[in-house]
Amino acid sequence: MSFIEKLTSYQLDILKEIGNIGSGNAATSLSKLLKRKIDMKVPSVRVLSFDETMEIVGGPDETIVSVFLRINGDAPGSMFFVLSPAQAEQFVHQISGDKDFSFDQPLLTEMGLSILHEVGNILAGTYLSSLSDFTQINMQPSVPELNIDMAGAILSQGLMELSRESDYAIIIDTTFNDYEETSKQIEGHFFLLPDPESFDKIFASLGAF
Amino acid sequence: MSITTKIVKVGIADLKVARSPDTLRTSGLGSCVGVVIYDLSLKVAGMAHVMLPDSTLSKRENLNELKYADSAIEILVKTMIDNGARKFALKAKIAGGAQMFSFPSSTNILRVGNRNIEAVVEHLGNYHVPILASDVGGNNGRTIEFNPSTGMLKIKKVNQGEIEI
Repeated sequence: MSFIEKLTSYQLDILKEIGNIGSGNAATSLSKLLKRKIDMKVPSVRVLSFDETMEIVGGPDETIVSVFLRINGDAPGSMFFVLSPAQAEQFVHQISGDKDFSFDQPLLTEMGLSILHEVGNILAGTYLSSLSDFTQINMQPSVPELNIDMAGAILSQGLMELSRESDYAIIIDTTFNDYEETSKQIEGHFFLLPDPESFDKIFASLGAF
Repeated sequence: MSITTKIVKVGIADLKVARSPDTLRTSGLGSCVGVVIYDLSLKVAGMAHVMLPDSTLSKRENLNELKYADSAIEILVKTMIDNGARKFALKAKIAGGAQMFSFPSSTNILRVGNRNIEAVVEHLGNYHVPILASDVGGNNGRTIEFNPSTGMLKIKKVNQGEIEI
């Protein structure tokens, strides 16, 4: 069938390492930005059907805050930085000092949204540039887009490229927690979804065929 | 006597049929389109969740036919008739096809919402199934639920409440 079933465990490890390097750097940026400790879990590489993909963030109905960007260059793909609305609110409170920002209000303040946009931009940018340094592959991020909507509606967009070739997605997923808020179990995710043709380039650049 | 009703969930690139009093639901439609075909007097309905407009553009041989508007609608019409629906009585309602992202230099794949809507409208037309109501386009995700006994399609969007068409 498709290339996804032919992946070796060595190749999966490479993908995991890619996620580790990218999100490690991104978590450091986040920690600096918030002036807090951030806990990062070991990335997982998952091969999931489209429906299962939505379950990672709590099902297709779940409202999520996401910063999405397309990766252009030699190894195109999609990238998401996903937060729950509660955690996104906290980010805004922390950075701006504006404790009134809330997604329950019908009108969201420009400033709050702008902050989230920029946080996503910085983190995704860090992730990508460390990835690009590591693999020596030319990758450029598009202008990121901030969306607050249903998980299914947002994530399916990242699956579009893949869906032309396969019914499964390879998702490099890193979960992180705000260290001081672990009791609340708030989680954020980085998802990296390389386009089908990018896998060969990534593996080739790191000497794994 | 109590009547238990069941919500039949339709996944991504999936197709299901339900009879009254059960309802059909698919969640988180972005640029995907939810297509409902129903025979109101028999209270039977089928729903498909299509992702892409055209199966002939696929690079694969053994493709999932339910993913594409053209092949999914063909199967949907056939499945409805297999389930006893009468072809002349079939009506359709559609929702979805939003443009979730607005990249200035968007690649074609990011405008897939509009192309999905066009493909769905065209292929329903090929089978002479009239579209009685639709809620398409825009830039919001939708969760839709269809009730075969009333023929109403409930549409829910984030922060915008519910509408029925």
